[in-house]
Amino acid sequence: MKKEIGISVLLFILCAVTAIKNPAFLSATNLTNLANVIGLFGIFSIGLGLVIITGGIDLSVGSAFALCGVLLAMALREWMWPWWLAALFVMAVPIGLGLIHGTLITRMRIQPFIVTLCGLLLYRGLARFIANDDTKGFGVGGEFELLRQAARGRLLGIPMPFVILIVVAVVMWFVLHRSVYGRYLLAVGRNEEATRFSGIDTRAVVTASYVLAGALTGISGILFAFYTNSVSPSSHGNFYELYGIAAAVLGGCSLRGGEGSIIGIVIGTALLQVLQNLVNLLGIPSSLNFAVMGAVVLVGVLADQWFQSRQPTKLA
Amino acid sequence: MSSTPLLAMRGIAKRFPGVVALDRVSLEVAGGEVVALCGENGAGKSTLMKILGGVYQPDEGEILLDGRPVRITNVIDAMRLGVAFIHQELNVLDNLDVAANVYLGREPRLRWLPLIDRRTIHANTAPLLKRLGLDIPTTARLDRLSLAQQQMVEIAKALSLDARLIILDEPTSSLTLTETERLLALIGELRAQGVSLVYISHRLGEVHRCADRVVVLRDGKNAGELARDEISHDRIVKLMVGRDIKSLYVESTATKTPAYLKVRDMRSSRYPKKRVSFDASRGEILGFAGLVGAGRSEMAKAMVGLDPRGGGQITLGDETLSIRQPRDAKARGIYLVPEDRRAEGLVVRMSVRENVTLPSLHRFTAFRLISRARERKAADEQIASLGIKTPSAEALVMNLSGGNQQKVVLGKWLSMSPKVMILDEPTRGVDVGAKAEIYRLMRELAARGNVILMISSDMEEILHMSDRVAVMHEGEITGILERQDCTEENVMTLAVGRGAAASQPTFVA
Repeated sequence: MKKEIGISVLLFILCAVTAIKNPAFLSATNLTNLANVIGLFGIFSIGLGLVIITGGIDLSVGSAFALCGVLLAMALREWMWPWWLAALFVMAVPIGLGLIHGTLITRMRIQPFIVTLCGLLLYRGLARFIANDDTKGFGVGGEFELLRQAARGRLLGIPMPFVILIVVAVVMWFVLHRSVYGRYLLAVGRNEEATRFSGIDTRAVVTASYVLAGALTGISGILFAFYTNSVSPSSHGNFYELYGIAAAVLGGCSLRGGEGSIIGIVIGTALLQVLQNLVNLLGIPSSLNFAVMGAVVLVGVLADQWFQSRQPTKLA
Repeated sequence: MSSTPLLAMRGIAKRFPGVVALDRVSLEVAGGEVVALCGENGAGKSTLMKILGGVYQPDEGEILLDGRPVRITNVIDAMRLGVAFIHQELNVLDNLDVAANVYLGREPRLRWLPLIDRRTIHANTAPLLKRLGLDIPTTARLDRLSLAQQQMVEIAKALSLDARLIILDEPTSSLTLTETERLLALIGELRAQGVSLVYISHRLGEVHRCADRVVVLRDGKNAGELARDEISHDRIVKLMVGRDIKSLYVESTATKTPAYLKVRDMRSSRYPKKRVSFDASRGEILGFAGLVGAGRSEMAKAMVGLDPRGGGQITLGDETLSIRQPRDAKARGIYLVPEDRRAEGLVVRMSVRENVTLPSLHRFTAFRLISRARERKAADEQIASLGIKTPSAEALVMNLSGGNQQKVVLGKWLSMSPKVMILDEPTRGVDVGAKAEIYRLMRELAARGNVILMISSDMEEILHMSDRVAVMHEGEITGILERQDCTEENVMTLAVGRGAAASQPTFVA
């Protein structure tokens, strides 16, 4: 809980500073844009957070976006599939990949970093091959209006991706913090052996986290594809896994596993997007974008360590 | 003592926020003397030794070596003064070889190049190993050695530093019976060579064997001393707890239903060619003795489905069970309290509540969500019935003492309904008070009709608690001793693999 408060304060300060320096920060356009990208990035970051809680990692998310985007565009525009079939298919792909990742990690005992690093290379290559390295677009036609609306529409003035993020976050909050599965997830992250000795199928728990992350990647993948409206297989989604990892870590997930909260991940995502926004609004050269993000994540983690070490340790 | 003692610690006080860990404690050790330092967990033994080893600074008091006051501000000071501390958790690098470990941090260099002079360190290490009677090459990697051998390497390191005083903190807690014997013999030899030792142990049998004098601490104060001819089990315990405790061990009152649990052809991936078969009665405590590595823990893991390549046939009453995964054993009421409670028994960064409910979490759900109130109730019940000393059910398990942690592991399984409890080293690292409570609990469980399989390397525990003792050697049961045949000698004979006058296991079909 303390971690969430700390990062919320940091988020608030950043917002306040930006708003004072440039009032355009608080304009309706800027805020809805911000909400939109927070939604887009938040959904898959939650999935990545779950994987990180098990002590794992998923580096293949960005490449999975490229693969999903290319397949979605081709299914709709070239193979002329009905929109719902295309959407189901594009959801099924990352879920299947998650299942494969989970199986390789738990059954074959390959390290998550290696499995998903191979995924990063493999899916990017596949996306480029399938698309013949051509940019695939969705055009401006109206046949798949429902999917388009999910990515670009509004609900009561709030961008749909943000609404979807809130729904996902609420559901996942219950899953992580109130369900049996969530408790198992935290237990596996903290001590997989002891969890197994408690008669729990830890391999299924870990695999399920990759599958869940795959499902959320699928949702994000559809939204991202329509958000950009065209998918360039060599660059679509590049580095997005790192945004997700950074958000999860800022939000209190430990890469050693066992720590993390949904609210923290959502606030972490918001913080990263506000930072990008701040770079634009304060006239900082956009080439420094990544540098600013890296510096803030580092400072955030250092500050967290510092606060932790100052807490009095309880004696037995 | 007439002559100047090698070590004199006088009026040592140490306070931590909110706790007085040591309150004017004194300790003297003469040259070539073995002093056993006893006390319950939290009595201040470790703090006192950490002060001597330079880990902590005392708030008051003085330390004299050979009658001269010394200041020990860090571990290097302690080493230079000839004080070596061998911790319970060994400080060895298991990816390096023996000589590299012995010379760690003070490697001699070649004359012309800043590289380690490997020839010298190996040449100097070999005679040390010989002195310890350790028959291993100096080039052996530590991860190839047994725990006992790794411990010997630490002692070799101490000797190479010309240590005059060696502190051994619970040195036998992970050793087998024979290894313990060898260590005790070695302590005798070191004493004869003029080395002084401080021996910290909960195992009073060993203390009795090797100590010249016993110093007992209680609640951070000197509780008393016993000279060689005064040392007895009861006297030490009395000083430790400050009162007479009724005998540590309780006698069995359980009525037994024979051959309730039948285990046939149990195999483990460690000994794939060996098979273990035995029967146990309801109400019985069947002890499993043997050397570490005899395959006892492996058999236990195979029984509850934790060994994917192990398994065998288990019959409970008239029912033959099929146990392929841990959850199958769990569903049948066969529970394992594992040997290494911090690694296997507990999620130490979770609360007592979360640990107690972990194996049976589904019982505490409503509409698929966990009810913390119900969890809390179950945890509070275990805290009360087992007497777990914790500020609340929400305290993190890592903040509890060893004995209370062990009770949490027991609570996990007792909150369900056990039929067979397999307890692997149930009292390792547990203080006398908690030990007595765990023994009483085991008797109670047996009296309620449970089968208890108790794996233990503590000879006293094996002899006093078991109704029968199964002795294992290299993956097989070499004999099952009836109560009247349970003697240390019989157990040892079987443990090293020699058939004794014991009855070989016979089965009624």
